[in-house]
Amino acid sequence: MRNRVVITGLGVTAPNAVGIPSFLEAIQAGRSGIVFQPDLAELKFSCQIGGIPPVTDSIKNQYFSELQLRQLNSSGIVYGVIAGMEAWQNAGLPVATDEPDWDSGIVFGTGMLGVDKFRESIYKVDEGQVRRLGSTVVIQTMTSGVSAFLGGIIGCGNQLSANSSACATGTEALLLGYERIANGQAKRVLAGSCSDHGPYIWGGFDAMRVMPYQFNNDPERASRPLSATASGFVPGSGAGALVLESLESALERKATIYAEMLGGHQNSGGQRGGGSMTAPNAHAVKRCIQQAIKLAGIQPDDIDIIDGHLTATIKDSAEVTAWCEALGRRGADFPYINSLKSMVGHCLSAAGSIECVASVLELHNGFVYPSINCEDLHPEISALIAPERIPQRVIKQNSTVLAKANFGFGDVNACVILKTFYQ
Amino acid sequence: MQTKDELITTLKKIVKPYVQDEQAFEHVTESTDFINDLKINSANLVDIALDVEEEFDIVIDNEAMERMLTVGSSMDVITRKLAEKA
Repeated sequence: MRNRVVITGLGVTAPNAVGIPSFLEAIQAGRSGIVFQPDLAELKFSCQIGGIPPVTDSIKNQYFSELQLRQLNSSGIVYGVIAGMEAWQNAGLPVATDEPDWDSGIVFGTGMLGVDKFRESIYKVDEGQVRRLGSTVVIQTMTSGVSAFLGGIIGCGNQLSANSSACATGTEALLLGYERIANGQAKRVLAGSCSDHGPYIWGGFDAMRVMPYQFNNDPERASRPLSATASGFVPGSGAGALVLESLESALERKATIYAEMLGGHQNSGGQRGGGSMTAPNAHAVKRCIQQAIKLAGIQPDDIDIIDGHLTATIKDSAEVTAWCEALGRRGADFPYINSLKSMVGHCLSAAGSIECVASVLELHNGFVYPSINCEDLHPEISALIAPERIPQRVIKQNSTVLAKANFGFGDVNACVILKTFYQ
Repeated sequence: MQTKDELITTLKKIVKPYVQDEQAFEHVTESTDFINDLKINSANLVDIALDVEEEFDIVIDNEAMERMLTVGSSMDVITRKLAEKA
């Protein structure tokens, strides 16, 4: 007998808002967090815009001790710890005193952690100053750095780990946490992911010419998923975190249940059949969605909202095609579909978790957030689905089932199915 | 050269951010142990040594660093290194 898994805590550090209350307001209003980044211009990037969460010193002081803040130069850790602690507190969960909380674990993924800290150390090492690095380089650059920070603050005694699967990382973290609870190995898992910001993280993508260069003077209009004028993804950063909990534990604590996680699926297209290191095998995407639906025990017709990966590249229409085929639904029969990336850009390894937080908020608060900057829908997309299925403004509506997918380099796919929790 | 009292004061200022037991910190003497009394994380001892190097403009070699476990032994290391420099 597998345990049912619910979501009882949410935390977010996103380019358009830090903290759940302001994020909820921002995504309902369709507020962009994309701004001009002078350092990218100075470094001669083609794309000189990006999304960086507005984390102030006073927010940092709220979540970090003075000692932890010393020599802290890892934006991913800042974002991850803030989002993680917000989720934990939001769930009404305590911090362990002497005895670790053996039933609580953490899976907090990332792509690359602490790149600015790493750069700082590379300079010192190359100057023969390795002895002057101090004690904080390893903890700020190890992939499991956020899990380690959070684990120490909370006192988690279950599995502490970090996963990595490119832009599917956040969604994968959720699936890993789900499995651990469903199998009875943990009662609670703080699942999430983060991504550093800045030129060293984003440069490789700029070099691949996959980011837009046409909107440096008009940043808020730059991230255009589903649009005919989509011209690449806008880089973002931040973190999202969700407390997953067994239904039994949540009911016992009388916790607020934001949604139920019905399960999901992960696969890879094997870089075959049209798939490559950087492009998805369409058949694998479709298969991933169909397997997720099957494992969640729902029917394709049950899905009310699709929270897409939809990065604002030429692959958007391929993604919509895959959803149409996987669900056997099109035209006016298609679910609502939107992309948070229209507001926050592509937060890379943080994308999945930030978008999952937005998805849960939609179910819990009864709305569908607008997918901005697609007033000029791509003709290939409007040929597949009715334009009114893509909200241009917030739609207030209670929904029951939401499908969330993310796809990443390496031809990897992840899809989770979330459901409104009815007592 | 700083007097003994001045040296303790400077050292206290350097050590303060790493201290986990504030009460013990209020009663620092030369025999106060960084790890056992002040509950400083052992990983932070290298940070203290680096901060000391910066404050006094001295170089603390590995052997000296290993000895810097108490307030007194640290003062001793600092005094010797300053004397070598002079």
